[in-house]
Amino acid sequence: MSGTRTETGGLIDRTKTLRFRFDGRGYAGHPGDTLASALLANGVRVLGRSFKYHRPRGVWGGWFDDPNAILDVGLDGNAIPNCQATTTPLLDGMESRAVNAWPSAARDVKGGLDLLHRWLGAGFYYKTFIWPDWHLFEPTIRRMAGLGAVDGKTIPDYVADQIHDSCDLLVVGGGAAGLAAARAAAEAGQDVVLVEDHADLGGGLYRRGGEVEGRSPADWLAEQRAAIETAGGCILSSTTAFGVYDHGLVGLATDRGFARAPRLTRMRARRTLMATGALDRPLTFADNDRPGVMSLQAAAEYLGRYGVLVGRRIVVLSNNSAGQSAVAALRAAGAEVVEADPADGPIRALGGARLNGVQVGDRQLACDSLLVSGGLTPVVHLWRHAGGKLDWSETANAFLPGAAPEGMAAIGAANGTFNLQAALEEARAVALGKPPAPSASSYTIRPLWPEPGAKGRQWIDFQHDVTLKDIELAARENYVSVEHLKRYTTLGMAADQGKTSNMAGLAAMAAIQGRPIPEVGTTTFRPPFVPVPLELYHGARRGQLLNPLKRLALEPQHRQAGAALGEYGGWLRPGWYGGKPARDAIRDEVQMARSSAGIFDGSPLGKIEVMGPDAAAFVDFVYYNTVATLKPGHIRYGFMLTESGAVYDDGVIARLGSEHFVISCSSSHVDGVETMLESWRQDGNDPDRIFVHDATQHWATLAVTGPKAREILGALVLDLNLSRDVFPHMSFRETIFAGTPLRIARVSFTGDVSFELSLRTAKAADLWAALTMAGAEHGAGPIGIEALSVLRAEKGFIIIGKDTDGETMPHDLGFGGPRQKKKTAFVGDRGLHSEAANAPDRRQLVGLSVPEGSPALPTGAHLVTGDKPRSEGIVTSSYISPTLDRPIALALLARGAARHGEVLRVWHMGQVRAATVTPPCALDPKGARLDA
Amino acid sequence: MQLFPCPFCGARDEREFHFMGEAGKTRPDTQQPVSDADWAAYLYDQRNDKGRVREVWMHLPCREVFGMQRDSVTMQVLGTTAFRKAGA
Amino acid sequence: MSKRYSALSLLREGLHGHRGWAPAWRTPDPKPRYDVIVIGGGGHGLATAYYLAKNHGLKNVAVLEKGWLGGGNTGRNTTVIRSNYYYPASTDLYDLSVRLYETLSRQLNFNIMFSQRGMLVLAHSEPEMELAARQVNAMQLNGADAELLSADEVRKRAPLLNFAPDARYPIHGATWQGRAGTARHDAVAWGLARAADRLGVDIIQNCEVTDVITEAGRAVGVATTKGEIRADRIGAAVAGHSSVLANLAGYSLPIQSYALQAFVTEPLKPVIDTVAFSPACGTYFSQSDKGGLVIGGGLDRVPSYGQRGNMPMQEAVLGGLCEMAPMLAKVKLLRHWAGIVDVTPDSSPIIGPSGVDGLYVNCGWGTGGFKAIPAGGYLFAHLLATGQHHEISRLFDKGRFTTGHLIDEGAASGIAH
Repeated sequence: MSGTRTETGGLIDRTKTLRFRFDGRGYAGHPGDTLASALLANGVRVLGRSFKYHRPRGVWGGWFDDPNAILDVGLDGNAIPNCQATTTPLLDGMESRAVNAWPSAARDVKGGLDLLHRWLGAGFYYKTFIWPDWHLFEPTIRRMAGLGAVDGKTIPDYVADQIHDSCDLLVVGGGAAGLAAARAAAEAGQDVVLVEDHADLGGGLYRRGGEVEGRSPADWLAEQRAAIETAGGCILSSTTAFGVYDHGLVGLATDRGFARAPRLTRMRARRTLMATGALDRPLTFADNDRPGVMSLQAAAEYLGRYGVLVGRRIVVLSNNSAGQSAVAALRAAGAEVVEADPADGPIRALGGARLNGVQVGDRQLACDSLLVSGGLTPVVHLWRHAGGKLDWSETANAFLPGAAPEGMAAIGAANGTFNLQAALEEARAVALGKPPAPSASSYTIRPLWPEPGAKGRQWIDFQHDVTLKDIELAARENYVSVEHLKRYTTLGMAADQGKTSNMAGLAAMAAIQGRPIPEVGTTTFRPPFVPVPLELYHGARRGQLLNPLKRLALEPQHRQAGAALGEYGGWLRPGWYGGKPARDAIRDEVQMARSSAGIFDGSPLGKIEVMGPDAAAFVDFVYYNTVATLKPGHIRYGFMLTESGAVYDDGVIARLGSEHFVISCSSSHVDGVETMLESWRQDGNDPDRIFVHDATQHWATLAVTGPKAREILGALVLDLNLSRDVFPHMSFRETIFAGTPLRIARVSFTGDVSFELSLRTAKAADLWAALTMAGAEHGAGPIGIEALSVLRAEKGFIIIGKDTDGETMPHDLGFGGPRQKKKTAFVGDRGLHSEAANAPDRRQLVGLSVPEGSPALPTGAHLVTGDKPRSEGIVTSSYISPTLDRPIALALLARGAARHGEVLRVWHMGQVRAATVTPPCALDPKGARLDA
Repeated sequence: MQLFPCPFCGARDEREFHFMGEAGKTRPDTQQPVSDADWAAYLYDQRNDKGRVREVWMHLPCREVFGMQRDSVTMQVLGTTAFRKAGA
Repeated sequence: MSKRYSALSLLREGLHGHRGWAPAWRTPDPKPRYDVIVIGGGGHGLATAYYLAKNHGLKNVAVLEKGWLGGGNTGRNTTVIRSNYYYPASTDLYDLSVRLYETLSRQLNFNIMFSQRGMLVLAHSEPEMELAARQVNAMQLNGADAELLSADEVRKRAPLLNFAPDARYPIHGATWQGRAGTARHDAVAWGLARAADRLGVDIIQNCEVTDVITEAGRAVGVATTKGEIRADRIGAAVAGHSSVLANLAGYSLPIQSYALQAFVTEPLKPVIDTVAFSPACGTYFSQSDKGGLVIGGGLDRVPSYGQRGNMPMQEAVLGGLCEMAPMLAKVKLLRHWAGIVDVTPDSSPIIGPSGVDGLYVNCGWGTGGFKAIPAGGYLFAHLLATGQHHEISRLFDKGRFTTGHLIDEGAASGIAH
C-alpha cells in the first residue's frame, strides 16, 4: 500500500463515507472521488491488465488521459461496461471489476501470456494462422480479446435528452483560461456558454496550487463563476465537447449520473474558444508500464483535487519545467521526493507488479512511486475536427494550434500558453476578438524522445501493448506512413485513442527514420473526443417515434369495428376486421364485397391538387398517359414514370375543371410524387401558372365497392343521380354531404361497381357512420386492406412495387399505347425507347394458375427454365381467391404476354411445382360486373 | 449538421433539404430525335466537382426549389439563387 | 531474412528479435515507362496489379498512390464481404469475389482474417418476408448460398437483437448467407501490396497524378508529383476521386460522391457472431476480432468530398442500432470516420473503357467496394491485359447507361400501397 488520503485538501467531502467494491473486495471513499482516486487512496495499485499480454497496469492519468484502469461497473442492478476509473464519479454501493482480467486485476490467470510476448509482437497474426485455416484459430482469439462485458439487460429509462442550443461564444474548458475568457466575453455583452467536463471548475489549477491573481484558487474560481453568471453567461459542468462538425456545430455530452443517459446538446456558436488545456505525456524507458509509474501532473491532480497522495517515496523524472509546483505540493503533503534527470542515462523501472525503485544511468533510487513528465501536449482534438492546422513548435516540443478553422480560436495551455498569467491575458484578449499580447514563455523543455535500439521493453501504448520494438519492427517492414504505423501496431487505437501514446509513437518513428517529427505528421483526430454511449445519438427517435406511423382520422371507428391494425405504406391501417383468424376474416370480407359490398377506408391514398392556367399541359407532361384530352368531370387511369421509363407510380387523375386536376397516387408515394411535381413546376415551368397542393391528409376517402354499392350510396340522400348512364364508370361528381363538400369518384380497384367518396377529414366519422349503417341493411360492412389486395388481384390489378419492380415499364403491363402514340413530350418518353426498353425478353405481367387441388404458390417463388434452373420471372402476388375458390397469382415473366397457356416450373427454396401462364385477370375478364 | 439557406425560409437544418442534382442541365427536346448517348449524358453524367459546385436543391417543408453554390470539400455554403422571379 | 510468413518463421524470428523480417514492400522510384500503370493504391488498384502479374504475366507494372497505400476506402470501411445480391450479373461478380477471398490468405501468404461468420438481413413484416423469399430464391438459382430464416432461427444466431413483438420493427425472419463475413481491411491492402511487390510490381506511394498525357487522342502516360510516367495502358481505380480524374482526362462518368460513415465502439467480450443488417433501422453491425462493434449505415445526404461525417446520419445509424439491439445503447462509441464513395445511378460499379483510348476505369462501387476487391482486381486486370472484357465484367461497362440495361439492385424491391 502506498497511496494514502491526506488529512485536508481537495474537493472531497471527508464527512461522508461511500462503500464500494473492486474485484470482489470492499473499500471506502468519499463524495467527490472517482473510482480511481478512491482506489488509489486505499492503496490499490493494480487496476487493470493490458489488452494483449495481460501485464498488470496501474493508474497513469488523472482524467481522460488514462489508458489503463478500465472497469465494468454496476450499481442497483444496472451495469455499464468499460468505465474509465479516472472519470467515473464514485457512488455508494458501486460494484466494480477490472475488465479482461480474471479472477482479479491483481491475479489475472492470463498474466502468463506475457511470457510469450516475443512471438506476439506487432502484427504477428498477419504472419500466421494461415494454415490450415483462420477459422480454426479465430474463436479462441475472439474469446481472448475484448474488454468489458455487456450484461444483456437494458437500463430502465435510459434515454438521452437531445436539445439544440446556440450562443455567441462557446468556451470549451473551465480552467483558468476558459473562465477568464468566458467572463470577459459575458461582461462585454456576449451570450456565453462555458462547458467543463469535470463536475467542478478549475481545470489545471488543482495541479498547480498557489495563488491566482493574488487570491486562493477557490476564491478566484468562485469570483469568476459569479461574474459569468451575473453577466448572463451559462456554465455547463460535467459536459464534454466531443466533436466539431460541419458549419461549426459542436456536440456536447452532459453526464447526468451513473446509468443515466447523457444529454446531447447540438450547440451552434458564432465563435468557439478552445481552452482544453494540455496533457502530460509519458517518457519512454524500460518497463515504464509498471503499476506505480504515473504521470506527474496526474499525481498533482490526485493531491489537489481528491486529497490523495499517491506515494510516500517518490522519484520524479521530468524533462520540463511544468512540474515544479507539483513537486513542491507533493513535498508539502509529506512525501519524500527525489528528482532525477531523465537525461542521465538509460532508465529502468524496478520491481515486479510492485514498483520498488528506478535505475537512472548508474544511479539506483528506491521509491514506491515513479512520477514522470515527458512534456505538455496541448489538447487539440476539437481544433482538428474543425479542420484547423497544427504547427510543430521546437521550443514547446509539441504540436500547437496553427491556422485556425473558421470561428475558432485556442487559448491557454491548449494554445501552448503554459504560463498562467500569460494564459489569462491571452484569454481575455481573444474573448473580445483582440490579438493577444505576445508574452515570453516561462515553460522550458529538453527534447527527450524514444531512442531507437534502446534496451528493454519500452512501452509506447500502455493499453495495447505497443512497445518501441514494435515501432522498430513496423519501420523495418516498411509500415512507415504514420497511418500504417498506427494500423499495423494498433498504436493509438486503444480506448484513449492515443491521447497518451501517439506523440511518443510518431517521435519514435521519426527517430528511426532520421526525419523531423513534423514530417512524420499525425494521424487524423476523430470524434468523439472521449467515448460516448450510443444512446446519446438515439434520444427520442425511438420505438414508435422512429419513423412514426401516420394515423387515420377514423382509427377509433376501426378499433371499435375490431380492426387488426398494421403498418401499410407508412400508415397504421386496418388489415382486416373482427376477432377471427386473419385467413377467415379476409376470406369473409372478400365474399361480402363480391356478394354485397365492402366499405374501405382509403384515406391514405394520395390526393394532390394541380391547378392553374398551365395545369393541363403540366399534368400531360408528368403523366405517361395523355391527360390533356380528359374532359372535366372525368377520370383516367395512368402511370407516372421515371426519366428512364420505369413505372414510378400508378393511379387515377380526375379533372375537376379546365384548370383543376386531382392526382391520386399510392399512399407511400405521396411525398415522392409531390416532390417530383414541384421540381418540374419550379424548374422548367412558370411557377405562377401552375399550383401544386398535397391535400392527402385534409380529405378522408371512403370507398364503397360491390354489387350493392349504388344502393348503399343511394341511402345517403345525396343530391345526385347515381344511375349508371348519368354517373358512369371513370367519372367524377361533387355534391354536399352533412353540409360539407363531397367528392365522388366512380373508379374501381375491385372490378365491381365502386365509389370513392372524399370529404373533409373532420366529417369523416359522419360519412363512415352513414355508410356502415346503410351497408348493414345489405349485409355489407368494412373491409381491410388485405381483402382489397385479394379483390384487386382477382382482377389482375397491380400494386406498384409489389407486382412491378424498378425495371417495369408500362408496356410490360399491357399499357403500350402512349409509348407509341402520345404526341407531346412527357417524363420518361425517351427512356421508353432505349435498347433495354425494346429488349425481347422483358418481364411482363401475367397470371398463373395451378393444377386443381394444389395450394397457392408462394409469393417470392421464381419461374424457371432449363436443366440448370434459371430464373425467368417471379411470383409477385398469390392468394386463394374466395370468389373463384382456387389459387390465383400474378407474376412478372420474360416474354410473358406471349406465353399464355405455357406450363412453367415454379421454384421455391429448392422445391419445384408446375403452374400455367394465364392472362392477369382471373375474374370477369369482360368487365360485366363493373356496370352491373 | 449543416445549415442551408432556403431563399424562402432562411437557414434550416440540412435534413429538411433534398438534393435534386447539379445545376445547368437542360432536358433535351424529346420531340426531336435524341441519341442514346446524349440522353444518357443528360440523365446520368455528372461533373461532380471537388471544390466549388452548383446544385439544385429543394427545401421540403416549403417545397422551394433553388440553386445553391457550395464547396464540396469544406462544405461551406457559398451562396444561393432563388429561381423565383424577383418580386414574385 | 524471413520473406515467407508461417508459424515456423514467426517462431524463429521471435527468438531473434524479429530482426530478419523483410520489408513488406519496396519503396521504388518510378521508372519512366511501364507496360501498365494502375492509378490508385487502394484495394482494387493493388489487386489489379497483383492479378496483372500473377494471371497475365505482366510484371512491368506500377501502382501510383497519392497518399499511403490502402488509405482510401479500403482502410475506412466496415469490412463486410458478401454476395447476397438479386440479379445474376451481381451474383457472378460478388460471388467471384467471395470465392477469391476464401483462398486469398494462402495465395498472398498474408492472413487477411476472412472470417465467414455469415450475414443476416432482417425482415420486419410479412411483405418483407415475401421479398426475402424472392431474394433467397434468386441467390440459390444464381449459385450463391442463401437461406430464409424464421424469427426463431434468427434468435439462435443473434439473441441480442430486439425480438419484442411491440418493437417498431419486429423481427419476422431474415435472409442468411453463411459464406458472408468480414476480413481485416488493412491486411487485404497490405497482403496484396506485398504479393504484388514480390512479383515485381512497383508500388509508388506519395505519387499524385496531376494530369493524363494524351497523344492523338490516346492516353500514353501520366504527369505526377514524381515526374512523367508512360505506359501502354492505364487503369484508374481511384474510388472517391473517380470524377476528379475523369474531369482531368476528359471523359465523363455518371458518378456522385458522398460520404459514407463508419463507427466502432470500445472493445467488448463477444456479443454477436455474425453480421446483422436491418434495412428498416438503417443499420448493420458486426463485432471485430478485437471486440469492437463495427457499425455502418446509409450515405450522408449531402454530396461531399470531405472525408468526415455529419451528425444527422450518425443519429440515424447509431439510433437505429439502439433499436436493433437495445442492450447496446449503453455501449460507448470510440471513433467514427468517413470515406468518400462513388455512387452510380444504379449503385452498381463501372468496369471498362473510360472513353479515352488506352485509359480504363474501375469505379462506382458505392458502399460496397471492399467486398469486391479481389474480383474487381481480377476483372480489371483481365481488361487491362487483353483490352477485352471478361465475361463477368462486360455487363458492368459504362455503356449500360446508354442502352438502359442498368443493374439496379435497389430497384428490385420497394412496395407501395
